Amino acid sequence: MFRLQGRLVDNLPKVYGLYTGGFVIFILLMAILDRMGVSGATIGLLFVGFTICIYALIGWLSRTMQLDAYYVAGREVPAVYNGMATAADWMSGASFVALAGGIYFGGYGYMAFVVGWTGGYVLVNSLMAPYLRKFGCYTVPDFIGTRYGGNTARLIAVIILVVASFTYVTAQIDASGTIAARALQIKYETGVWVGLVAILMCSMLGGMRAVTWTQVAQYIVLIIAYLVPIIWMSNRQGFGIIPHFSYGDAIHRIQELEPLVKLGTKATESFPGMSILATPLNATGAPMESWRFFTLAICMMAGTASLPHILMRYFTTPSVRSARKSVSWSLFFIFLLYFSAPCLATLTKLQLLDPNLPTAIIGKPFADVANLTWIKNWAAVGMVKISDSNADGILQLNEFFMRPDIVVLATPEMAGLPYVISGLVAAGGLAAAMSTADGLILAIANALSHDLYYKMIDPKADVKHRLIVARVLLVIIGVAAAFIASLHITGILGAVAWAFCFACSGLFFPLVLGIWWKRANREGAIAGMVCGFVAGSAYLYYVQNGGAPWWGIDGLRFGMIGMPISLIAMVGVTLMTPAPDSETQRMVDEVRVPTGRSILAETH
Amino acid sequence: MAGSNDAERRSRHWEKTRNLTIVVLVLWAFFSFVLPWNAKALNSMSFLGFPLGYYFIAQGSLIAFVLMIFGQNWLQDKIDDEFGMHEE
Repeated sequence: MFRLQGRLVDNLPKVYGLYTGGFVIFILLMAILDRMGVSGATIGLLFVGFTICIYALIGWLSRTMQLDAYYVAGREVPAVYNGMATAADWMSGASFVALAGGIYFGGYGYMAFVVGWTGGYVLVNSLMAPYLRKFGCYTVPDFIGTRYGGNTARLIAVIILVVASFTYVTAQIDASGTIAARALQIKYETGVWVGLVAILMCSMLGGMRAVTWTQVAQYIVLIIAYLVPIIWMSNRQGFGIIPHFSYGDAIHRIQELEPLVKLGTKATESFPGMSILATPLNATGAPMESWRFFTLAICMMAGTASLPHILMRYFTTPSVRSARKSVSWSLFFIFLLYFSAPCLATLTKLQLLDPNLPTAIIGKPFADVANLTWIKNWAAVGMVKISDSNADGILQLNEFFMRPDIVVLATPEMAGLPYVISGLVAAGGLAAAMSTADGLILAIANALSHDLYYKMIDPKADVKHRLIVARVLLVIIGVAAAFIASLHITGILGAVAWAFCFACSGLFFPLVLGIWWKRANREGAIAGMVCGFVAGSAYLYYVQNGGAPWWGIDGLRFGMIGMPISLIAMVGVTLMTPAPDSETQRMVDEVRVPTGRSILAETH
Repeated sequence: MAGSNDAERRSRHWEKTRNLTIVVLVLWAFFSFVLPWNAKALNSMSFLGFPLGYYFIAQGSLIAFVLMIFGQNWLQDKIDDEFGMHEE
């Protein structure tokens, strides 16, 4: 029944239809167990355990010993499914777990992530994906190396890719560890390694092919898990079945409540890692605020268009046209989650603040709130803290502390939804973190095995050898990332923003101009990559070590320093050195038309 | 199919492709930067019961991006067909 051998691609609607139906039945079964009084811990365990087993099964069924299946999934992924896989690849633990929490606490300023992480796809579609697909490369450095020629450019691209993706992957393993730890009731440090094993099971045997088919499965889980609690909560609050178009009143109501609950009053105590709500939901119109929105959005967009694990998904489609089509589907599937995140943040905020709702806690007697089950559960793990700072027996807004990361995970409990929903959300968060981690680890390992090992160190290596090296690297990178993640260095959203800034500082202009500017040459590209990447990293180092940010450009948006320097260096050096030879110029012409053979051979 | 005819066909195809890309990028900049920058001013207006500035950054611009990409790809396919550049 579940045979992936033969022509899986002809049976996709059937296979994933069955899978989705099966998952829904599983949720209902869990709901029944919940009703029968099975403990929440058991249900969480079943959700997480069951989904991990399914992914591992898909990963095992998709095993391969063929080069083009391992590197580009055989270039036979239909546009809609590639769209779903890209959406899962893209939406990380940060999007799923931390984004709505960021919006809850950060208001307008954090909405730049929402706009940036969707608008970036316009750049991917217009400037990159179809042309890179025509090129026919296996990896992003493969494009840089062939377009500009020479191993130096290829090597620098590999280094930037590794730094950006590695920063990103530690955040994903961190997120999967956090969720696994909570659902399986184990220590965080152990959770990280459990997460890693699950991630490797999806990618090791089948490379890109296995990652593609598990990511489609993970997308289905994560989108169901994100939307169900929102719809449920909205029904309780009277905003209808699909709240997205009708929660305008909630915005107005919160704006009314903000002065009443004395939003903006400073807390008199502080607890590490936890915050009180102090930022208004809507824009205040300060120029600095708009500037910070602009800079963050532009870094996230350019980063989207230069992150290799995303670009390489478009190498897996059968044609240029289907690559374009799959970008549009990707954005559509991503959009479903991103336009829900502000809605979730708003409804969660309303249910805590609005005294007319039974779930409200602000302004209620302190002792009553301290007795709520969800407060007790999350306080026990150090994620929530209430403290009657002014000893008046009433919980004020500046006495309610919470870790921003937990808003999505805790929302079902706050809303008093049955525990089955919490289990579902944990499974969704895990799917999001795992799918992104898989894409990233594969991007790094493929760049090292294809570009560094095969193209530069041992060009005579045979297929078997190359695929073994690729897998060994996959494990080494995974272990290294899990080790770093277990040290807990930055928060989830912070590390993700860094990855985008590394990628756009070093790779954005060399990629774009490689397609759009025929005159761009090797020297220019090297200068652009090195100067942009070094300047951006140096600036990050400066800000992280207590340097005062220039014009509000902090560690989340250091791409604003790296990108302009990269552009200037690349254009300047290109113009000072000779134009590329006619062979290269013809190659660029060829990339710009969809017809004809790809630049690189099918397998290379 | 070599020769000047082919070269001209290619350059006209590229010209149209480039113009379409520029139009899309102008629209993109408008929804990504111009509207969010002026969110406060737009908030005095209302749409579907939302303050308009909030609406755009939470939803409106996102919908615009989705439509923009589908639209661009539809037009790009027509350009490719017009110049006989679609794949088999």
